[in-house]
Amino acid sequence: MSTIPVESPFKRFAEDFFSSPTAVIAGFGVLVIACLAIFAGPISPQNPYDLAEINIMDGSLPPGSVGFDGFYYLLGTDEQGRDMLSAMIYGLRISLSVSLIAVGSAVFIGMSLGMLAAWAGGRIESLIMRAVDIQLSFPTLLVALLLLAILGKGVDKVIIALVLVQWAYFARTVRAAALVEIRKDYVMAARCLALHPMRILFGHVMPNCLPPIIVIATVQVANAIAIEASLSFLGVGVPITEPSLGLLISNGFGYLLSGRYWISFYPGVMLLVTLVCINVVGDHIREILNPRTKK
Amino acid sequence: MTAPVLSVRNLVTEFDTRAGTLRAVNNVSFDVQPGEVLGIVGESGSGKTITGFSIMQLLDQPGKVKSGEILLNGKDLNKEDSRELRKLRGDRIAMIFQDPMMTLNPVLRIDTQMIETIQAHRNVSKAEARQIAEDALAQVGIPSPAERLKTYPHEMSGGMRQRVVIAIALMLEPDLIIADEPTTALDVTIQSQILYEMQRLLSDRNMGLIWITHDLTVVAGLAHKVAVMYAGRIVEYGSVNELLDAPAHPYTRGLIDSIPSNASHGKRLTQIPGMTPSLLNLGDGCPFRPRCSKATDACAVDPDEHTLSEGHWVRCHNPVLEAKG
Amino acid sequence: MLAYLIRRLGQSFLVMAVMATIVFFGLYMVGNPIDLLINPEDDLAAQEEAIRRLGLDQPVYIQFLQFLKGVATGNLGVSFVHNTPALELILSRLPATLELAFFAMLFAVLIGIPLGMFAGLYPKSPGSRIIMGGSIIGFSTPNFWQGLMLIMLFAVFWRVLPSGGRGETTELFGVPVSFLTLDGLKHLILPALNLAIFKISLVIRLSRAGTAEVSLQDYVKYARARGLSEKRVVGVHILKNILIPVVTVLGLELGNVIAFAVVTETVFAWPGIGKLLIDSIGLLDRPVVVAYMMLTVFMFVMINFFVDMAYSMLDPRIRIKAGKA
Repeated sequence: MSTIPVESPFKRFAEDFFSSPTAVIAGFGVLVIACLAIFAGPISPQNPYDLAEINIMDGSLPPGSVGFDGFYYLLGTDEQGRDMLSAMIYGLRISLSVSLIAVGSAVFIGMSLGMLAAWAGGRIESLIMRAVDIQLSFPTLLVALLLLAILGKGVDKVIIALVLVQWAYFARTVRAAALVEIRKDYVMAARCLALHPMRILFGHVMPNCLPPIIVIATVQVANAIAIEASLSFLGVGVPITEPSLGLLISNGFGYLLSGRYWISFYPGVMLLVTLVCINVVGDHIREILNPRTKK
Repeated sequence: MTAPVLSVRNLVTEFDTRAGTLRAVNNVSFDVQPGEVLGIVGESGSGKTITGFSIMQLLDQPGKVKSGEILLNGKDLNKEDSRELRKLRGDRIAMIFQDPMMTLNPVLRIDTQMIETIQAHRNVSKAEARQIAEDALAQVGIPSPAERLKTYPHEMSGGMRQRVVIAIALMLEPDLIIADEPTTALDVTIQSQILYEMQRLLSDRNMGLIWITHDLTVVAGLAHKVAVMYAGRIVEYGSVNELLDAPAHPYTRGLIDSIPSNASHGKRLTQIPGMTPSLLNLGDGCPFRPRCSKATDACAVDPDEHTLSEGHWVRCHNPVLEAKG
Repeated sequence: MLAYLIRRLGQSFLVMAVMATIVFFGLYMVGNPIDLLINPEDDLAAQEEAIRRLGLDQPVYIQFLQFLKGVATGNLGVSFVHNTPALELILSRLPATLELAFFAMLFAVLIGIPLGMFAGLYPKSPGSRIIMGGSIIGFSTPNFWQGLMLIMLFAVFWRVLPSGGRGETTELFGVPVSFLTLDGLKHLILPALNLAIFKISLVIRLSRAGTAEVSLQDYVKYARARGLSEKRVVGVHILKNILIPVVTVLGLELGNVIAFAVVTETVFAWPGIGKLLIDSIGLLDRPVVVAYMMLTVFMFVMINFFVDMAYSMLDPRIRIKAGKA
């Protein structure tokens, strides 16, 4: 639908992206992390949810230990004898899927409301934007925390809370971009052709609002992972039956003081690596897409 | 003849950029006598501003003075360490910048900026410094200076701010002032006020002044000597009368002819064809050659200085020798 | 100015009312506090007596009306668990949180600005690369894990600092504070640092970008041209200009500090309002949660107001506009 050929901007984008070694390494990291999460089953040495595979006799073993029945625990075990590496890979899967679903929904809701605001104007616009302002004036973590205090625990509840704290970023950005686009001649032309407003908005305006959305979405995925981890750490996030990285770290907290650091430490490292990779990639995409910083 | 305040000898300033080395100032030499005004004239990119900053030793990265001597009262500034330079700047050698809107720090009051300058060089109390500052403002024609001192730069007009900057320059009675297009950013009426003020202030002082400008008419009224710069070098140097009456370099002539008032009414305005060359790929020979109507094969070789009369020389193989008609 | 202030206060009041309503009804629908708060082994009469005492026998709207009436009179209900007025309970924990937040901000400014300015002044030095790399990690790591790692290093491995609690407190103007005793100070360092790390990274980024931009300004070059010492150029002329964005953002971040104090206080068992909130959520102590909400919304309003004030004090250009409006 775009008036510009799709091939060339993408190619240029790819060339720009590969020009920075840091970004390439981070991009590769993101790829590895995604693969770990997608293929968690075949990759992990153990299924941490399968009680038959877990041996309680192997509880709290330090990294590099060999278990009761000869199983090698690279990163040690938690107090129930669960292999930390496997628990981490499965935890990564939960962290990633929760935040991806949340950000995806937030993008959808935020974009729809943002474009509606830009298109409709007047009362509808000021109502939506006032809601955005109020939403953004409160710290996301606190709002999510209080929402979960109301909603209770659960993966679905966490996703709802994340969507509710993130949609406003997208709505604000999309509205600003759409307002610029709507005034352009090609939208005028489409209006003159009496195209359906939905078609103009989603077919013509939306593709031109995508670059800033991509940048914000990348950063917000990292944010969502961090918020989910914090919420789970505080005990209002995902339930113990589906431990995310944050909950794994939280579980290990109690053992930290007795020196069994690995139960908290390694999930944290994985969380850190994930967030750094996503943020570096996001930063770099922003630099590429920002016309001001372009040479 | 007394000893010159400033003596620049074979100054070369280069910028090492990724695209290559850029020689912004190429083998420039001149003197400034006490009480003398030297006008440095040239287009943007001719190296006149860089010459000024080279003297101040305040070049932006990656600019660097490669060779030559900059003798201020016989002291080579190229050889001084940063502590010694700091002592000289603002005290013995002051500078006036181009845009008064950008020169003064927007978040500091005028008195703060004046007093800090005085106290950087003189061992005086704050009250004494304030008095010096107040007197300096009064000298440059700022009404009610005591109140003005307490204002922020943005509360003043451009002309007023440039007066403040001039006051700061004169305040410590330096031996040399470098003024880098100080009137370019101002309205024409303000411009002439400032010029008048400068003339008045200079008349009873024995300081040297370098006035950098692209405007020959400004130089005509103010300067004693004029150096015309092109592509990093001085192409003609002489007293203001000789240079304006009998410009010998085709470029100088072109500059004078470009002044609209010089053309008789109804005639097309003259212009110098072409553009200032990129300093990156200056070949051998006279850099003005591609734009010069008098260029010959000889111009493929770099011209030397030709002395035309006492204190008037030109760097050209085919100088214009007849006086201007 | 005044009209703007009144409008914003009205808006904030509306926000407070909406938030309180949502939280009140939300908590009511999700969990039944009776199950948690009443000993099922008590006899029926004792149970009913407890329900009546807590006002839980009334229909929802009556409870809500009572709550609203309470809000108007400054009574935000009585904690189910502690059996003391909720607001009083929160206010008694507030000094601990404020002390923590204050020191976190102090760390952010004292550590972040110098590091950021260094990185802005010498962008290519290895030190700057380390600083910037550190700030990316500081940005990316979740707060609670940083806290755990601080405990692991300083409390478990090196055993130099305590892992949690507030330590010995002394009274300052009738308010208990930790930082005046050595023991209290030791307890304060880790949580304050934990809360500060994210802000430090933020301040580093802001100061670096600001310094890089301000250093290129004419007024900085001019300050050098006046012979000011490098200390004064960087410490006054650059610093004062970068302070404006840094203070604005930091002020807006104060709210975030209060929010993240929840995490830090949970990690370090710091007895502030954040820990109280988490404990109250777990125990379904509705009045405390609602009171916490009301108090934080109120604090945010005040913070925003004071940020505006600080901003206009730092930037004289804003002050003028506000005065005219």
